[in-house]
Amino acid sequence: MADNLGTSPDEVQFRFRDDEPVDHGTVTVDACCDQTNAAAVRIEPGDDARVLLPFLGRLALIEVNFPGFGDGRGYSSARILREAGYTGELRAVGDVLIDQLSHMRRCGFDSFAPDKRLDEDDAARAFATWENVYQRAADTRMFGRATIADKRHEG
Amino acid sequence: MYQYDSYDQAMVEARVEEFRDQARRRLDGKLTEDQFKPLRLMNGLYLQLHAYMLRVAIPYGTLNARQMEALADIADKYDRGYGHFTTRQNIQYNWIKLEDAADILADLSKVEMHAIQTSGNCIRNISSDHFAGAAADEVIDPRPYAELLRQWSSFHPEFTYLPRKFKFAVIAAETDRAAMRLHDIGIRIVRNDAGEVGAEVYAGGGMGRTPMIAPLIRDFVPVDQLITYAEACLRVYNRYGRRDNKYKARIKILVHELGAAEYTRQVEEEFAHLLSVGVEPPREELARIAAQFGDPAFVDGPKTIDRSDPDFALWARRNTHRHKHDAYVSAVISLKPVGGIPGDATADQMRIAARLAKLYSFDELRVMHTQNLVLPHVRIADLPAVWAALDAAGMGAPNMDTIEDIIACPGLDYCSLANARSIPLAQRISERFAATGRTAELGELKLKISGCINACGHHHAGHIGILGVDKKGTENYQLSLGGSEAEDVSLAKITGPGFDEDGVIAAVETVTGVYLAARTEGERFLDTYRRIGMEPFKEALYG
Repeated sequence: MADNLGTSPDEVQFRFRDDEPVDHGTVTVDACCDQTNAAAVRIEPGDDARVLLPFLGRLALIEVNFPGFGDGRGYSSARILREAGYTGELRAVGDVLIDQLSHMRRCGFDSFAPDKRLDEDDAARAFATWENVYQRAADTRMFGRATIADKRHEG
Repeated sequence: MYQYDSYDQAMVEARVEEFRDQARRRLDGKLTEDQFKPLRLMNGLYLQLHAYMLRVAIPYGTLNARQMEALADIADKYDRGYGHFTTRQNIQYNWIKLEDAADILADLSKVEMHAIQTSGNCIRNISSDHFAGAAADEVIDPRPYAELLRQWSSFHPEFTYLPRKFKFAVIAAETDRAAMRLHDIGIRIVRNDAGEVGAEVYAGGGMGRTPMIAPLIRDFVPVDQLITYAEACLRVYNRYGRRDNKYKARIKILVHELGAAEYTRQVEEEFAHLLSVGVEPPREELARIAAQFGDPAFVDGPKTIDRSDPDFALWARRNTHRHKHDAYVSAVISLKPVGGIPGDATADQMRIAARLAKLYSFDELRVMHTQNLVLPHVRIADLPAVWAALDAAGMGAPNMDTIEDIIACPGLDYCSLANARSIPLAQRISERFAATGRTAELGELKLKISGCINACGHHHAGHIGILGVDKKGTENYQLSLGGSEAEDVSLAKITGPGFDEDGVIAAVETVTGVYLAARTEGERFLDTYRRIGMEPFKEALYG
C-alpha cells in the first residue's frame, strides 16, 4: 500500500519542533500531486521537489528519503522546500548517519528518523559541531542565523 | 595574503575535533569503513598502495614562509622527510599513519592550514594563477575571489555529497596559467566596458577518461552575485548530475548530455530564484578579503642585471616571469632536477624556499600546477643571490616549460589506481634530453605523463602526452600530441598503437625530430603540430 510508505512518529529519533507530529500515511510525490487531500509525502532522490510547491499549503509532513547516505540530492530538495516557504515538518529518513546531521539541519530538516538509531551523545555533538557557519542556507531564512560574513560586518 | 580571523581559525579547529571524533568512532566500530571513507577523504586521507596519503590544501597555491616551514616539519615528523607538490597546487605526503592524521591536522591548524575537502565528492581546493598578484598582464588579483569561494565552499551544507568531485579555477588574465577551461567550473575575472569587475564563467571542463573543454556559459556575472551564481551552478549539478555510474558523474557529462545551452538555461532559472532568496555574502566581505591581498611595499630599483655568467643568464631567461613592477620579477623554483621526481621536495628544500621567501619575496611563495614553486616578488637586483641559493639546493634547474619540466602523477610507484609507472619515465626522459642537449633547441614543449586513464598527470593537455595503460599485464604507454591547457586550450590526439617504456622514450625523440625538421621561425612544437597535422608524426613513428 502506497500510504504505508512513511515513518511513524515513534521512529523519529530527533525532532526540533513544538507541534504534535502528524501520523498520516505518507504518499509518493506522484500520488500527492494526484490526490487532493494528502497531507504527508515522501520524496525520493530522483523526485523533483518543485512539483510539490503548489501543494505546500496542505502538507504537514514531507519526508526526504536517503536510501544511501552518499546520495546528496535530498539536501537540495530540503532547501528548495524551505526557500519556497514550507514551514511544516521536514523529516530526513533512511540512511541518516551522525556525520550528516549538522548539514541536514542547516538545509532545513527539523526531524530525523534514521534506519538505525544513533548514539544520543554522538548525535548531540554532531548537531553542535559548527558554532558558526560560512554560508547562508535554510537556517539563515528560518531562524535568522547570521553567517560569519554577516557577523564580520554587522553594525 | 589572506590571514585568518578568529572565525576562520575556529572553523579549522572545529574540523580537527570533528575528525578526531570520527576517527575515534571508527576505532570503536561505530562507523563502518564504508561510512568512514568519505569522511576521511574529505579530510584529505587516501589509502594508497603502501600507506595512507595525506593531501594538504594550499588554497589558490599561495603560502607564506611559516606555512612552508610547517610543511617541512610535517615531512620530517610524520613522513620520510619529503613531500610531493601536486597539479592542484597542493602537497601530498605519501607515508602517513592513520593514527597520526588528527595530530597532523592539528599541527596544520596552528599555521592556518588544513586538509579540508582535498578529496571526496565535494568542492575541492580552489586553484588559481600561480603568478596572481604579481603578473604584469592581469586585470586584477584573482585570489580574493578564490578566497570568497573557498569560504563559501568549505563545509557547504548542500554540496558535500555531490555526484562526484568538483574543481574550480579562478584566473584574471588573458593568458591562462591555471588550465582554467579544464575545470568543472572555470572563472576568469574581467572588466566590462563600464570598468566594472565581473566573472566570465565556463562549466563542464575536465580531464579524466572523458576530457572536455568547458564552454562559456555566462560572459559577465557581477562580482556581487558571484556566490549566488556558483550556488546555482552547483545546485543544478547536485540535482541532475548522474549518480548511476561514477565514470559519468562529473559535471562535464551533464553539460555534454544536456547541451551547454540547456544547462545554462537551468542555471539561469536557479540563479534568478536564488537572487530572490538572498544567499550572497554582504558586499563588504569581498572588500575585507581584497584588502588583505594588497601589494607589498615595492621599491624602485635596477631593471637590468649583469648576465655575463651564462648559467645564471639561462636561468634568469627561462625561470623568471614579468612582474607588474618593473624592478621585480617572479622567479620559479624548479622541482624538476634532471633525473628527479617531478614535484618532490625534501624538508630541507622546503626550508630553503621558505628562507628565500622571507629574504627576497615579501614572505610569499606559490605552488604551480606544473609542480614547481614560485617566489612571486623578487627584486631584479636580488636575482643572482636567489639563483645561487637555489642552484646550491638543487632547485635551480633552468628548465621551466621545457621538455624537462615534466608533469607526472605519482603513478604505480604509489597510487592504487595506476596501471603504469609515471615517475621513472619522467626521470629517464629528462635525463635523455639533458644528455643530448636538445632541451634548449626545442624551446617550449610541455610533456605530461599520467599513469592511468584518470589523467592526474594532465596528459590530454600536453603538447606531448603520455598515458600509461595495462596491456595484458605489462606496462604500455600511449603517445598523444597537440594538447594545451593554456588560453589556446586543446585536447591531445593519440598517435596510434602504444609503446613499451624504452619505445615511448624513443618515440618522444622521434616526434621532436619531426618538429625540428619541419618548424618555421618562432614556431613551438605545438604550433608546428597544428600547422602540419598528425600525419608526418605518424609516418615517422609507424611508417
